[in-house]
Amino acid sequence: MINVFEVAETNKMIEQENLDVRTITIGISLLDCIDSNIDVLCDNIHTKILSTAKNLVSTGNDIEKKYGIPIVNKRVSVTPIAIVGSSACHKSEDFVKIAKTLDRCAKEIGVNFIGGYSAIVSKGMTKADKLLIESIPQALKETEFVCSSVNVGSTKTGLNMDAVKLIGEMIKETAEQTKENDSIGCAKFVVFCNAPDDNPFMAGAFHGVSEADAIINVGVSGPGVVRNAIKNAKGKDFGELCEIIKKTAFKITRVGQLVALEASKALDIPFGIIDLSLAPTPAIGDSIADCLQEMGLERVGAPGTTAALAILNDQVKKGGVMASSYVGGLSGAFIPVSEDQGMIDAVEMGALTLEKLEAMTCVCSVGLDMIAIPGSTSAKTLSGIIADEMAIGMINQKTTAVRIIPVIGKDVGETVEFGGLLGYAPIMPVNTFSCDEFIDRGGRIPAPIHSFKN
Amino acid sequence: MNKAIITVVGKDQVGIIAKVCTYLADAKINILDISQTILQGYFNMMMIVDVTECENDFANIAETLEQLGQEIGVNIKLQHEDIFNKMHRL
Repeated sequence: MINVFEVAETNKMIEQENLDVRTITIGISLLDCIDSNIDVLCDNIHTKILSTAKNLVSTGNDIEKKYGIPIVNKRVSVTPIAIVGSSACHKSEDFVKIAKTLDRCAKEIGVNFIGGYSAIVSKGMTKADKLLIESIPQALKETEFVCSSVNVGSTKTGLNMDAVKLIGEMIKETAEQTKENDSIGCAKFVVFCNAPDDNPFMAGAFHGVSEADAIINVGVSGPGVVRNAIKNAKGKDFGELCEIIKKTAFKITRVGQLVALEASKALDIPFGIIDLSLAPTPAIGDSIADCLQEMGLERVGAPGTTAALAILNDQVKKGGVMASSYVGGLSGAFIPVSEDQGMIDAVEMGALTLEKLEAMTCVCSVGLDMIAIPGSTSAKTLSGIIADEMAIGMINQKTTAVRIIPVIGKDVGETVEFGGLLGYAPIMPVNTFSCDEFIDRGGRIPAPIHSFKN
Repeated sequence: MNKAIITVVGKDQVGIIAKVCTYLADAKINILDISQTILQGYFNMMMIVDVTECENDFANIAETLEQLGQEIGVNIKLQHEDIFNKMHRL
């Protein structure tokens, strides 16, 4: 029988160490909504999302009360809209119309984000893909809850550099269009290599075409819990450190699994996966940087940071995998800058640079995340940063992503406030040497040799 | 059987258990086990209860207990036992 110490341990995690279930995300296929008439298509989308997800928020709240654990976000992801709208959309304004429909759905069911305003262009772009990408600045400007993503490469296909170039320009345009609000539109867009079909986290969530009609994916979190566990291992060797992180990850993930199964039963939608990602929030103590520093680094960014992150990421997976029957999504440690107080402090102190963050993305999920850079950064430089990050993903057979915000009108030394879960960030310097000729080549970077293993 | 865990944490004083138990009896909630300890200087009580016979829904019981806790000056939580079983038992 459960004893008083175990109960106290669980409740301490929830009350003092910010343990929560970060998100319940319903993935909804919109393939059966497709129509060549844009108005009919939008009506179909509205009907499908509302009928599938109308009880999501109330179910989440009920589970929260039953187990006494916060479920921070309830969200929806949908089939990439470039596919759904390909027959109805003939200009980018048509796609914006769909974005507005998604926004309305999010508002009506009470979720805080809806993901899937996306295109998968790892090898090439259809006319619709291109139109969707071109429509993103306007769509993100005119909606509040819509999140957008584009997958520009994979280990099997290589990198679509035409898309990388286009996206550099598109991010710049999004920043311009939302410059009154510190270019916040860019915080709702992420570019991927090897994007998973079942990611529950925003901004990159979409419901892949390999998925069922509707599915529940759950993201757990608890950097604060892991950090406290590491604190108790002070001075212990790496073997013991790893054991402690693993055990903690197991406990956290079991709660996620419980919530996922409960939500699946209540909503009568099959359970998809648990995403094991450790995701920070701007709350003090809910920080990945703190976990790394607790391992023995003075500041995140110091030599040893990449190794510490590799340990954290791998042990979280090892502990989490046994706690859940199905694991998927991104599953690793997130290192967003603006959403993690420890990261922000390290940047402000000069301990953490863009280049070190890039190195860190080689050993964790996902990539350069929520990084504010000078608004004067050129579109080509943005494409160069994206290309580097995508190459890491392609060569290492992992998911990588870039969510970067060129803040129009701001420069290094200033900070930018996004608000809420998105936090605030100091503007980071970018290497200003040119990559224009490289980006202007166009075409594709061929798939790396290890895609011919089979 | 629908089992839940009630935890009472706070400064020790006369009548905490009596007040909680009176409410539970009125609400037809059966107490299966009680244990208490002093953890880091705080009164820490845990009850395993059976809420099957209770006519109120779970959220309602949790809310009433929370209010009762505020009146007494302690923190009272009601949680379904599965969260603890899942976390601490293979």
